[in-house]
Amino acid sequence: MSAARTGSPLPPAISVTGLRRVYDIKPKQVVALAGVDLEVAPGEFFGLLGPNGAGKTTLIKILTTLLLPTSGRASIFGFDVATDTRRIRRIMNMVAGGEQSGYGILTVREQLWMFSQFYGLAGKEGWARVDELIEAVGLAQQRLQRVSTLSTGQRQKMNMARGLLNDPWILFLDEPTLGLDVAAARGIRDLVLQWKAAVPGRTVLLTTHYMAEADELCERIAIVDHGRILAIGTPAELKHRVQRESIFRLELDHLDGGAPSLARLPGVVSAALAADADPEAQRVAVNLVLGEDAALGGVVTALAGLGSQILALRKSEPTLEDVFVELVGRGFAEEVEPAMPAPETPEREPAQPPELGE
Amino acid sequence: MTGPAATRAGVFARSRGGTDPREAAEWSRRQVAGNNLRALRGRAYPRIRGMTREPSWVFFEILLPFLTTSAFVLVYRALQAPEAYIGFVVLGGALSAFWLNVVWMMAGQLYWEKSQGNLELYFAAPMNLMAVLLGMAVGGLVMSSTRALAVLVISSLVFGVQFNVEQWGLVLLVFLLTMSALYGLGMALASLFLLWGREAFNMTNILIEPVYFLSGLNFPVGRLGALGAMAIATIPFAVGLDAMRQLVFAGQPYITGTPSPEVEALILVAMTVVFTLGARWMIRSIERMARARGSLSIRWQ
Repeated sequence: MSAARTGSPLPPAISVTGLRRVYDIKPKQVVALAGVDLEVAPGEFFGLLGPNGAGKTTLIKILTTLLLPTSGRASIFGFDVATDTRRIRRIMNMVAGGEQSGYGILTVREQLWMFSQFYGLAGKEGWARVDELIEAVGLAQQRLQRVSTLSTGQRQKMNMARGLLNDPWILFLDEPTLGLDVAAARGIRDLVLQWKAAVPGRTVLLTTHYMAEADELCERIAIVDHGRILAIGTPAELKHRVQRESIFRLELDHLDGGAPSLARLPGVVSAALAADADPEAQRVAVNLVLGEDAALGGVVTALAGLGSQILALRKSEPTLEDVFVELVGRGFAEEVEPAMPAPETPEREPAQPPELGE
Repeated sequence: MTGPAATRAGVFARSRGGTDPREAAEWSRRQVAGNNLRALRGRAYPRIRGMTREPSWVFFEILLPFLTTSAFVLVYRALQAPEAYIGFVVLGGALSAFWLNVVWMMAGQLYWEKSQGNLELYFAAPMNLMAVLLGMAVGGLVMSSTRALAVLVISSLVFGVQFNVEQWGLVLLVFLLTMSALYGLGMALASLFLLWGREAFNMTNILIEPVYFLSGLNFPVGRLGALGAMAIATIPFAVGLDAMRQLVFAGQPYITGTPSPEVEALILVAMTVVFTLGARWMIRSIERMARARGSLSIRWQ
């Protein structure tokens, strides 16, 4: 979506062209990104959806200036990620799931103030900003609690507050609800949506492997696998790719002539009694496949003519998982050899030095 | 909309970034300098705050060094060594707090920051990473000064150390230069340790006892002859300790074979410049390397 298309005078919030990233890991090189092209408009909520090892985190590291591309070009609001790092760092922030940053010895309030200093907020302004963000993320009761004593959900709320300290124009969220329970994950999603909606132009790039999360939050989604973008579009567009026909489930009080009476109607591809229909129940369930949604009107009229009463009508939507399966030929859960090495688990960490008071 | 939802909406609606991200990305020199100074203060904060959070440091960092110092004092007294040696040991014991701080909390710190995931956030923030290193140094200096002062006062009172200071200004200058050189070295080591990873922790042992010996922690370094001269030319703890001894125990005949405090002050100036510039160069190189290889900022690499 270019600036011209959105009518915005700004350059794209994210522009990526031919981006490749190769890790030189013995015994052979690992291609994490294999030529990615992508454009995200200012103000867009964009999602990168893909399984572990797809290259999502590598892309986010490049966009947040932490990693250089092997080849290709990427820019944030027109600033090149390779050369304009300071400018980009002033207008962006990032939050990752399971983040354990900061110092456990500090309170929530102190920790956030420390990070506010890294973004240049004046001392008092920093404290004021921290206090209002603590309220906003719902950590008022924990504000004077040590960071080391926070629960996982509270910790992630604090991380979100950290990510908003500098009012970023672009926020990178790398699996922000990873490991959170349902309520905590919903809290984080609501928070992000409200923050983004409050000021036009705020852009969010979210990586996730939770389909429902991407579907709920993102205006557009790129499906990524093995370092390549397989498809980009709105959730509806992506789902439409795998379903060119409309599927409805009809529940009727009765149906004279059975399903074949519907199958003969114009625009109806097929009609069949649902396999799960209960013969004892005073209703008939029919699965109806239409060439397009508009054919439904004719079906409703025909049913009225047959004296059938519609008790329920539901459109069956494909999920993003269906899209992924269609594109990749396997589900998320069916892992192949990961493109990226798994996180290293040290056999033994050196003992914490006794003087380390942080 | 009322209550928390209204608060949230109000907070989120305020924007420090103006109306245009490209304008928000342009900072004046003053803003850049302010950002770096605040980052320095921010990074010093947890160290200073931590002093009041863990009272156990009184035991580990005052009582234990005091006991070590006491052991040397008792040995010297048993050997009927000149009384001046008691003062040398007490001063060495007090200043050792700074060296321990440099080794443990400067040299190893960036490695720990990487393990915790902080380093990545430091890289992603707009400040210069040198501001973070300086903040660590200032915080460590404040922390260690309290500890060093406590050891110095307690030991001096218990063992009746007699100080003889003739040039207070020079004492202060040499102390500050010693700290600059020490923490400059700490900043440089922090970058090196980050490069070497876990293996670097074996280095900490090498950096403690051998440096104590070469610096003459419990005796005048001049007694080491050529080895002592070499230490004075290369180890900031050695040259700083010797200069401080010459200045706070003025006129002692036992401190011989080393340059005057004025010359040692110049050596400390040179060390400060070399170590600080070295640290700056290394941290820049590390950032370049980290971005190219993806090997330093990302936790699992």
